[in-house]
Amino acid sequence: MSSNDVTHHAADDHDHHHDHDEHGPAPGLMRWVTTTNHKDIGTLYLWFSLVMFFIGGAMALVIRAELFQPGIQIVDPMFFNSMTTMHAIVMIFGVVMPAFVGLANWMIPMMIGAPDMALPRLNNWSFWIMPFAFTIMLSTLFMDSGGPAGGWTLYPPLVLQMGDSFAYVIFAIHFLGISSVMGSINIVATIFNMRAPGMTFMKMPMFVWTWLITAYLLIATIPVFAGAVTMLLTDRFFGTSFFSAAGGGDPVMFQHIFWFFGHPEVYILILPAFGIVSSIIPTFARKPLFGYDSMVYATASIAFLSFIVWAHHMFTTGMPLAGELFFMFSTMLISVPTGVKVFNWVATMWRGSMTFETPMLFAIGFVIMFTVGGLSGLMLAITPADIQYHDTYFVVAHFHYVLVPGAIYSLMAATYYWMPKWTGNMYDEKLGKLHFWISTVFVNVLFFPMHFVGLAGMPRRIPDYSLQFADWNMIATIGAFGFGFSQLMFVYIIVKCVRGGEKATAEVWEGARGLEWTVASPAPYHTFETAPAIDAATVTR
Amino acid sequence: MRSSVYRSGFRWAFLTVLLLALPLGAWADWGALNMTKGVTEISNEVYTLHMRIFYICCAIGAAVFGVMIVSMFLHRKSRGAKPATFHESTSVEIVWTVVPLVILIVMAIPAARVLIKMEDFSDSEMSIKVTGYQWRWHYEYMESGVSFYSQLDAEHNKARQQGADVDLAETFIGTDFNGEEEVYLRQVDNELVVPVGKKIRFLHTAADVIHSWWVQDLAIKKDAIPGFINENWARIEEPGIYRGKCAELCGRDHGFMPVVVRAVPQEEFDAWVADKQQAMAQADTESGRQWSHQELVATGKEVYQANCMSCHQAEGQGIPGMFPAISGSDIATGSIDKHINTVMEGIEGTLMSPFGSVLSDADIAAVITYQRNALGNAMGDTLQPAHIGSLRKDIDIKAPSSVASAVNTIETEGVN
Repeated sequence: MSSNDVTHHAADDHDHHHDHDEHGPAPGLMRWVTTTNHKDIGTLYLWFSLVMFFIGGAMALVIRAELFQPGIQIVDPMFFNSMTTMHAIVMIFGVVMPAFVGLANWMIPMMIGAPDMALPRLNNWSFWIMPFAFTIMLSTLFMDSGGPAGGWTLYPPLVLQMGDSFAYVIFAIHFLGISSVMGSINIVATIFNMRAPGMTFMKMPMFVWTWLITAYLLIATIPVFAGAVTMLLTDRFFGTSFFSAAGGGDPVMFQHIFWFFGHPEVYILILPAFGIVSSIIPTFARKPLFGYDSMVYATASIAFLSFIVWAHHMFTTGMPLAGELFFMFSTMLISVPTGVKVFNWVATMWRGSMTFETPMLFAIGFVIMFTVGGLSGLMLAITPADIQYHDTYFVVAHFHYVLVPGAIYSLMAATYYWMPKWTGNMYDEKLGKLHFWISTVFVNVLFFPMHFVGLAGMPRRIPDYSLQFADWNMIATIGAFGFGFSQLMFVYIIVKCVRGGEKATAEVWEGARGLEWTVASPAPYHTFETAPAIDAATVTR
Repeated sequence: MRSSVYRSGFRWAFLTVLLLALPLGAWADWGALNMTKGVTEISNEVYTLHMRIFYICCAIGAAVFGVMIVSMFLHRKSRGAKPATFHESTSVEIVWTVVPLVILIVMAIPAARVLIKMEDFSDSEMSIKVTGYQWRWHYEYMESGVSFYSQLDAEHNKARQQGADVDLAETFIGTDFNGEEEVYLRQVDNELVVPVGKKIRFLHTAADVIHSWWVQDLAIKKDAIPGFINENWARIEEPGIYRGKCAELCGRDHGFMPVVVRAVPQEEFDAWVADKQQAMAQADTESGRQWSHQELVATGKEVYQANCMSCHQAEGQGIPGMFPAISGSDIATGSIDKHINTVMEGIEGTLMSPFGSVLSDADIAAVITYQRNALGNAMGDTLQPAHIGSLRKDIDIKAPSSVASAVNTIETEGVN
C-alpha cells in the first residue's frame, strides 16, 4: 500500500471528526451506560470478558487446588461440582463469547468501511443484559442451596435435583441467549447492509466472514437451547415430563436437543478465532492469506457439518448402531475442512518474510496447539475408542487444548494485534513476548498431562481420585497456578498500554493490510462516515 | 534488538522443553500413561484402533509442525527472506483435501468393523442387570436370582471425608492378579463375581439420575438411564480383578462409586452363587428375630457410615445450608414414625433419597435406632426390624431382594 493512501484516509477521518465534535462521547459514567457507539460497546464487552476471565479462572484454581493431591482437602464435593459447572458457564458464556462479540463490534465496521453497527441501540442493550444476567448466575453460589452442580450440560434428571438456584440459572441462561441472538442479528445486519461500495463478499476480511457464519450458527442454535432449558423449567415446576420416563418422556432427548445446540456452540467458540489468526499470520508473514476462497468454503462446510455431528457427545447413551456409524463418519469428515484451514495457514507462512511480534507468537501458538486439540478430536471421533475416552480427562485435555491455547490464545493475539489501533499506543513488546512464553510453558504443563491420566482411566468431574493419577494431577495443578497467575501480566500490559507508551502509526504493523489500518491510531470516535474507496490496497486479499 | 529477541525466544523454547522433560523423568509411572489393552477380544481391538489413530495423528502432527518449523527458520525477515506473492494453488489444495479423506477412509473401515462387533448382543450365555443408584450399584443375576448392592468400601469412605487424616498410600494396598496395587477409592464391599469365558450380557438402568458403568479392562462403558434399559456385553478371557467406576456425573458422590469385577473359573463361580443364595435365605430370617439395643446401634453405625455419612457427616452435624444435621434434629429427636417415614420414603425434591427399597428391614431399624441414640441424640428407644417388615405391607415399599452391605458382611463373618 502506498503511504499516500494512508495519510489520505487518515486525514479524511480526522476532518470528519472535527465536523462532528458534538457526536463525541458523553462525559463521565453515562457515556458507557447510554453509548450506542460500536467502539465503546466493543470496549465494554472486552473489559467485561477480561473480568469474567479472572472469575472463571479463580474457579478453575479451586478445582485444581482440590485435585493437587488425592483425598478431600479444601472443598466439599458438592461445591467442587458447582465450581466445575460454573467454571464452564463463565468461560463459555462470559469470556469467549463476549470477547468475540467485543472484537466484532470494534473491528467489523472498521473492516468493511461502515460508520457503525447497523442497530446501535440494540447493540447497547445486548451488552447491558450481560452483567445483570451474570450477576444472577453468580449470585446462586451464595444461596443456601449452592450454585448449579450438575455440569454445564445441565443433564436431567440430575439438574432437577438442584435447589433454589435452579430457576435463577435458567433465567440467566435465557437472558444470555437473548443477548447473543440480538448481537448476532446486529452483526448479520451490519455485514449485509453496511459494507462500503465495492466491498464485495469475497473481498471481506476472513474475520468478517467467520463472524458472519458464526452469527448464523448462534441464531440457529441459541433458540434450541432456550427451548431445552424451558422444558427443564416446566418439568421442574409445572409437572410436565419431557425428560422423565415416568411420564412418557426421555432424559436422553434432552441430550440430543442440548448437543444440537452444543456442538455448533463449539464452533461458535472457534470460528472467530480462525478469522483472527487468518488476519494476523498474513500480516507478519508479509504475504497474502493462502487460499482465501477455500478458507471461506471450509468455514461454511465446518458450520454445516457442525449441525450433523451432535450425537458424538453421546456414544455411550445406547444409540442404534446405524446412528453410531453415521455420527462417527460425519465427525471424522469435519477434520477435512479443518485440516484445509491449518494447511492454508502453514502455506501462508511458507516463503513469507516473517517477524515474530507478540500477536504472531500467539497466532502460531494457536495453530500448533489448536492442531494438537484437533488431532485428539480425530481420535475421539473413532467410536469404539471413544467408548474408552468418553467422560475421562482425555476429553478434558482435548477441549481445553482447543479452547485455551486455541480460542483464548486467539483472543490474546487479537488484543495485542489491535490494541495499538484502539489505544494509539504500542504495548510493551518485551513483556508481551514474556507473557506468551510463560503462558505457553504453563498451559502445556497444565493440560498435556491430562491426556495421560485420561487414557489411564481418570473420569472427569471428580473431586478425588485413586493414587495412580496422583503425580500427573500434581503437575497439572502446578501448571494451572502458573498459567493463572501469569495472566496478571496480561492485565498489566493492557493497563500500561492504555495509559501510554510509544505512539502507534496508523498502519501499526509493516505488513498490515485492510481498512482498519487506514484510519488514525487511536481510531477516531467515528470512522468511515463517508464510505472509503475499496481498492487493492485496502482489501486484505 | 531483533536478534536479541530471537535469542530470548529460543532460550524460552529450550526452557519449555526442559521443564516439560523434568517431571517426565522424575515422576512418570509409564504404565499409567496409556490406555489399557484390557482382557477381552473387544478391548484388545479397541486398543489397536486407539494406537493406530494415535500414530496417524502423530504422523500428521510431525508433518505439519515440521513444515512450520522449517518455514519459521528459513522464511524470517531477519534472515533476509523476501516474501513470495503466491496465494493459491488449486492442485495443492486438491491434494490436501483428498489425502486426508483417504486417511479417514482407511481409519473408518476397521473402526466400523469393531463397532459392529461391539453392538452384537446375540447369543449371550448369562445376563446381569446393573442398576445405578446415588451412589451405589445394584447387581441382579437374572438366571440365579442372586442380587445385592455394591458400594465404596467403608474404610475408603471414611478416608475420603474432608479432614480425614489417613495416609492413603500406606493404608490402601490391595492385591490384584498382578500383585499389589494401590486401591484407594477402587474397592467395594460386594464385588461383582462373574465366570470367565462366557458371553455375559449386561443390562443397564438407573433408579434416580443417569450413571455410567465403566470397566476399562473390558472396554465397556454404557449409560444407566432411569426408565430405560441399555445393553452391553463382555467375554472375559482371564481370571482376575477388574476395577472400574461411574463415568457420568451423578451428583455429590459421583467420584465415589467404583465397580469391581472379579472374574473366576466356572466352578468357583457356581460355588459363589450357591453361597450367596444361602446367605440371602439366612438374612431373611435375620429380619424376623428380636434384636438387642446394642446390636442395633452397632449395626446402625455401620449402615450410617456406608449410607448417610457422606451428606450428614461423621458426627451427624451435616453441612449448614446443604445437608441438615442429624444431631438434635426435629426428625431424629421427634416422632419415630416420621423418622421411619423419612428414611424409607425420602423427601421429595431434595437429595434425601428413599432408602426403603435399598436397605433391609434390619438395616433400617438399626440405622434409625443408631441415629436416635448416638450422634448427640439420646432418645432411648429401640426399633425392631420386624416393625419395619410390618410397615412395608402398609406403605408398599418392597424390601430389596437381598440384604444390603453391613448386615450381610457381619452375618457372613458370623457364619464362617
